[in-house]
Amino acid sequence: MMIGLQHYLTLSAVLFALSIAGIFINRRNLILLLMCIELMLLAVNFNFIAFSRYLGDETGQVFVFFILTVAAAEAAIGLAILVVLFRNRRSINVAELDSMKG
Amino acid sequence: MFQAILFYLFSAVLVGAAIGVIFSRNPVHGVLFLILAFFQSAVLWLLIEAEFLAIVLVLVYVGAVMVLFLFVVMMLDVNIEEMIGSYARYLPFGLLMAVLMVTELIQIIWLRSGEGGTTDGFAATPEGYSNTEALGAVLYTEHVYAFEIAAVILLLAIVAAITLTMRRRPGLKQQNIARQVSVRAADRLRIVKMQAEKPDAEGQS
Repeated sequence: MMIGLQHYLTLSAVLFALSIAGIFINRRNLILLLMCIELMLLAVNFNFIAFSRYLGDETGQVFVFFILTVAAAEAAIGLAILVVLFRNRRSINVAELDSMKG
Repeated sequence: MFQAILFYLFSAVLVGAAIGVIFSRNPVHGVLFLILAFFQSAVLWLLIEAEFLAIVLVLVYVGAVMVLFLFVVMMLDVNIEEMIGSYARYLPFGLLMAVLMVTELIQIIWLRSGEGGTTDGFAATPEGYSNTEALGAVLYTEHVYAFEIAAVILLLAIVAAITLTMRRRPGLKQQNIARQVSVRAADRLRIVKMQAEKPDAEGQS
């Protein structure tokens, strides 16, 4: 049995579902939420690369390149917000962030 | 066959690392599991001949972004005990969501691909094919505007990160460059006219 498109899509689906479960489980810890988002983007990248190879078109891999760029920018800004938050409140618990009464 | 064994081995480690990320109590362990997951993904991308992105994932993502994560996680003195409270409450719900999503997605993926269950692999690349060269040929011609927008997004990230984390501290001694440059000799130096004095006789000895 050859490893084909379906195997990679299945692996990506498992990874995506695990990261969604992680967001539900760790809904208090902001750092773990950011890491689950990184994992989710990785699962999406798997889909893009598998389809790019399946269709023989490099555009999917170029898209993965851009996703990596945006994910790096998102991680930098997210961590900066996290540092400012911790400096002001001495805690990163999501449940305590209720000053806007949302 | 050998490729299938490698695929199953690395994907098992990848799923194990992902489980480690979402269940880790200590954020540092979580980041280290995430690094392991990225390494496994890079190997899996190498297996389907996406070499450039695999190397970029290791060099840029693990080397820069994950190290930044690790820095921040180690710098913040997070109280782990207060995070544990909600852990068990949302666990069944989260796992239920995950199982539901996986079964649905896998059904869609495998039902659409025919009943047999055997799949043919990816088409072999032609002789002398260079993944990096092909990507570069597309990236700098068709997608050049998107490439420039990506550069602007990175610049935005730099500016945003610096403005968010920079703070003015009171009592900090710093130079005022404009005043230093525009100062004149007359502001600093005063020339005094006075009579010349004889040197002291005892001082000469």
